Amino acid sequence: MSRFLDLTLNGISNGMIYAAVAIAFVLIWRATRIVNFAQGAMLMVTTFIAWDVIDSGGAYWVGFVVAILSGLILGAVIEVVLIRPVEKAPPINAVIVAIGLLIFLQAIAGMIWGGTPRSFPPAFSIRGYDIGGHHVLFGPFDLFTVLAVLGAALLLLVLFRGTSIGLPMRASAFEPQVARLQGVRVGRMLTLGWALASAAGSLAGVLIAPAVFVGPNNFDPVTVFGFTAAVLGGLDSPLGAVVGGLVLGLSLSYVAGYAGSALVTLAALAILIAVLMVRPEGLFAAAKARRV
Amino acid sequence: MLEIEDLVTAYGPIRAVDGVSLTAPEGSITAVLGANGAGKTSLLQTISGLIPARQGRIRYAGRDITGMGAEKVVRLGVAHSPEGGGAIGELTVDENLRLGALWRSDRADRAKALREVYELFPRLGERRAVHASSLSGGERQMLSIGRALMGRPKMLLLDEPSLGLAPIVTAQLMRVIHGLRESNGLTVLLVEQNAKSALSIADRGVVLNVGKVVAEDESRTLAANDDLRKAYLGF
Amino acid sequence: MSAVARLRLPRQTLVRHLLLATVAGFVLYLISLWLDSFDNLRLAAVAYYFTALAGLTVLTGLNGQISLGHGALMAIGAYAVALLVGRAGWPLAPALAAGVVVTAVAGVLVGAVAARLRGPYLAGATLALAVGLPGLANRYPDALGGDNGLDVPPPTPPTWLGETFPLERWQAWLACLGALATLVVLANLVRGRVGRAFRAVRDDEVAAELAGLNVARTQITAFVVSAACAGLAGGSFVVVTSLAAPGAFQLPLSLALLTGIVLGGLGSLAGAVWGAVALVMLPDWSGDIAKALSLSDRVEANLPLAIYGVVLMGVMLAAPGGIQGALRGVLGWGAAWRSQPEPQSNPKGEEQS
Repeated sequence: MSRFLDLTLNGISNGMIYAAVAIAFVLIWRATRIVNFAQGAMLMVTTFIAWDVIDSGGAYWVGFVVAILSGLILGAVIEVVLIRPVEKAPPINAVIVAIGLLIFLQAIAGMIWGGTPRSFPPAFSIRGYDIGGHHVLFGPFDLFTVLAVLGAALLLLVLFRGTSIGLPMRASAFEPQVARLQGVRVGRMLTLGWALASAAGSLAGVLIAPAVFVGPNNFDPVTVFGFTAAVLGGLDSPLGAVVGGLVLGLSLSYVAGYAGSALVTLAALAILIAVLMVRPEGLFAAAKARRV
Repeated sequence: MLEIEDLVTAYGPIRAVDGVSLTAPEGSITAVLGANGAGKTSLLQTISGLIPARQGRIRYAGRDITGMGAEKVVRLGVAHSPEGGGAIGELTVDENLRLGALWRSDRADRAKALREVYELFPRLGERRAVHASSLSGGERQMLSIGRALMGRPKMLLLDEPSLGLAPIVTAQLMRVIHGLRESNGLTVLLVEQNAKSALSIADRGVVLNVGKVVAEDESRTLAANDDLRKAYLGF
Repeated sequence: MSAVARLRLPRQTLVRHLLLATVAGFVLYLISLWLDSFDNLRLAAVAYYFTALAGLTVLTGLNGQISLGHGALMAIGAYAVALLVGRAGWPLAPALAAGVVVTAVAGVLVGAVAARLRGPYLAGATLALAVGLPGLANRYPDALGGDNGLDVPPPTPPTWLGETFPLERWQAWLACLGALATLVVLANLVRGRVGRAFRAVRDDEVAAELAGLNVARTQITAFVVSAACAGLAGGSFVVVTSLAAPGAFQLPLSLALLTGIVLGGLGSLAGAVWGAVALVMLPDWSGDIAKALSLSDRVEANLPLAIYGVVLMGVMLAAPGGIQGALRGVLGWGAAWRSQPEPQSNPKGEEQS
């Protein structure tokens, strides 16, 4: 029973990290109808930057903030320089640009920081809590992970629904031409969307870094899982991203616990293929079927 | 108010607007008529800045706005209700309306404009929290025109507001448009396939065919010209 | 009308292509005599890269299906040939043929899944294939040789060529033969009904369906064709390197193939030639750059991939037609494989989409 509890809590904690990456995919998909293949590489770079800050003597929280800020900047720059020019071109162009960016960023990271994985400190203790005499494999850092991602999701919700920038952002995502006719500077909204998405990815990066270490390819699995979670929840739905993340996190945790960790990647791939074949719109499909 | 000179808009080799010239005096309602594919929608889209002109000039209130992007043109007081209305289904009626005035900085005036639109279209007021996707065709057109009015425009470009609507609703809409000209002094460019209703409220009419102007005259004269009516206007 | 056609070549497509291939073959033969051993291996590499790129450019450029997994398909062909020649003692020709068939069958399976996916989903799924498949070699180390792979005895040149006939030249000939065969088959395919079907489905699936094309079957056919080419390329790879190991077929290979077709020009067989040359020369050039700039080992090791990334982004942003597109623009060269007006039908030009 306690094993089940451990696996469940672990699944929730990991699931929230996948949810953060999934949110990044969803935000960009909603804004520009692009699957950002470079997402994992982008968050890898910002995590490396944070690592650099901490390694040079900076406090953890300074590094944390630097990661999020550099995420915002990186997302905005990439949208303006690389994505804007191919927005009107056939979708395959944007896919190739994103893949090119992925390859490039990983190579650059290898050049700057090398291939040896670096260790990254957790925000809080990773030692599990003792609850009523039982030791659970869920500690302060895991709790922080869950709260941080939930907090970020809530912040985005408030931004989209409650602030004056939310309406033009949503309009730009749903109907960019109509939004233009209302005087909305759609381009700026898209840049903002990419910036926020990238920041969400950066959050995931610093949260998972203690477990996977920081290296050019170390964030590939979490990227694949985040993408799977996004597809699971429906690429159009931020709420779906969170739910998808949780569902995936729990599923993979149980697989790892009961069937062996070697099967985790395979299980994720199987879930991805299954969703794509059976219900490509995801669990939280919008009413109209979107041509992907 | 609006002066268009030899306007050409093209998609690759296809000229959707092929040397169109027209003038719309301030406070007038000009009907732009013609069959499907005549270039009416492309004409409006070029004026409002959604697509760039390939050749020619567009002057609005004396200012050259050729090549200006839609975001800038809106801020000059030109509102465009696109084909189909362009109501954003995922947003509520209220959100759609508020979207139309976001570019204005005066918050109090924005709130006032919203109240005025709800007065003009009480049906929208009843359904303000409803998602636009659940509206009927007529309500959606009302929403589109209402949203266009939110920015307190001086010129209104309407693309086929009567499309798919029942005759009674069309008549209502035309009355509203006519009323707007009377009360607000709006200049209106009204694209329609339903030439009869358009000409009933318009001062002048322009008939397009395959991107070119084939007739331009007072609406009474156009309506009385039997050959023209049968050839291009379908009634 | 292409410049070549003005040279009064026979009008029949197949005959024309065979003639051109023979001429090209002769030219390659002469080149191989002149090159030293090392460069002959390079020539062979260009040949097998071309074989893979040609199939992939047809799939992605003409049929619109992006695949990040063709490295894995090459692996299937390579391992099939390695097992048949190395373990079962088959002669080379039937082994290569079998390799093509096996990979084509895999192409049917992957293609069936791919036919249901579009755009980024397809890219994601094929990416998963590229990452996951090479791992199989380690799950079944006895059968598939694990990390070290399978050694394969190199092909022996026939005795009538002479005792001192260099092995590398023979390998280059074999690889070039495969490349030319691929070129002829694909060139005919592209010009014919199948090629038109590919393009029709790429341009407008709904219209294609209405015109009577079975979209799914067309998509799968394109995948099978490209898979067969990848299989032959993988087999040629084994002929040239005498080894089938997982390390050679991982994600970087699939990404390199994508870079090759983008750089050369999506949908263009001539572009596949440019892409193949670039892929073979790139490691050398990047090594030269690294030496000239005295770059550290770390930078040098990552330089080829960084260049791939820049190429992919740069080509898409500045010159989406790749090298062949640029040449076409500047010189009016070559047939526009993407939308060539056919004598009898009238396919959609790009403007009308």
